[in-house]
Amino acid sequence: MMALTPAFTPGPLVSGNVVSVALMAPAGRLSLRLGQADIPVLSAAIGIELPTRIGTRAKNGPVDVICLGPDEWQIQTDATDTQRLTDACAAVYAQAPHSLTDVSAREITVQIEGPGATDLLTIGCPRDIDKIAIGEGCRTIVDGVSAVLWRDGANSFRLDIWRSFAPYVIGLLQTGGAELAAE
Amino acid sequence: MLLVHCPYCEQTLPELEFTYAGEAHVARPDAATPVSDEEWRNFLFIRNNVKGPHYERWRHFHGCGRYFNAVRDTVSDRFLITYKVGETRPELSDLLEKSK
Ligand SMILES: [Zn+2]
Repeated sequence: MMALTPAFTPGPLVSGNVVSVALMAPAGRLSLRLGQADIPVLSAAIGIELPTRIGTRAKNGPVDVICLGPDEWQIQTDATDTQRLTDACAAVYAQAPHSLTDVSAREITVQIEGPGATDLLTIGCPRDIDKIAIGEGCRTIVDGVSAVLWRDGANSFRLDIWRSFAPYVIGLLQTGGAELAAE
Repeated sequence: MLLVHCPYCEQTLPELEFTYAGEAHVARPDAATPVSDEEWRNFLFIRNNVKGPHYERWRHFHGCGRYFNAVRDTVSDRFLITYKVGETRPELSDLLEKSK
């Protein structure tokens, strides 16, 4: 019988000199929606100045925040760190109403690295990858699947994919990785 | 592929990230006063179906998630402008002058 909830085992998915893809360990993920006026209060609670230009990021220790929309942020941290952030935000809720949702189990993250990383992404993503600055990111589309792309270095990316679509996207990356290796 | 300028992201991005959302500036009748069946029908179903520059809504679905407005020529598919929700509807004569 087909498994409805595929097991995701962290580890390498594509290896080689051109490009490597690895499934990362589970992370803590929080989705934050918030009005402009309350940004300073939540920034203080989280301990990071929330970035306000779409696509920009800010980091403090394990906590990495990306601005996805005018009122939307995604926070990524260690899997064990979500409760601390949830409590910190709940403490200022009366002062600054917001929506904070734990979406840790919604997505998996793959890391894509190597000189062929950009080429591999372009098989599914229509964005001009070169226009994504190092240290920034975006929500975009990968062969029909909504995904958040983080650019950590010139040849280093992370891609967050909703788990129900992940087996498909991983398969696509494996096919593309094999083609790039054969070139 | 069309390239669409998102006024919230302030970037020009591939059409695949966007979805079309129908004619723009269709005002919902004020339900505080009695609204006739005809007014509701006009609001719900009657559209201009413009051939040429068309005021329409788009959504940056696989991006910032925001709805915004655009003027697109339905014949050439060329975007004359995109602008944020709530901003004044730009005059067509100005847009056509600028696009020359
Ligand atoms: Zn946008």
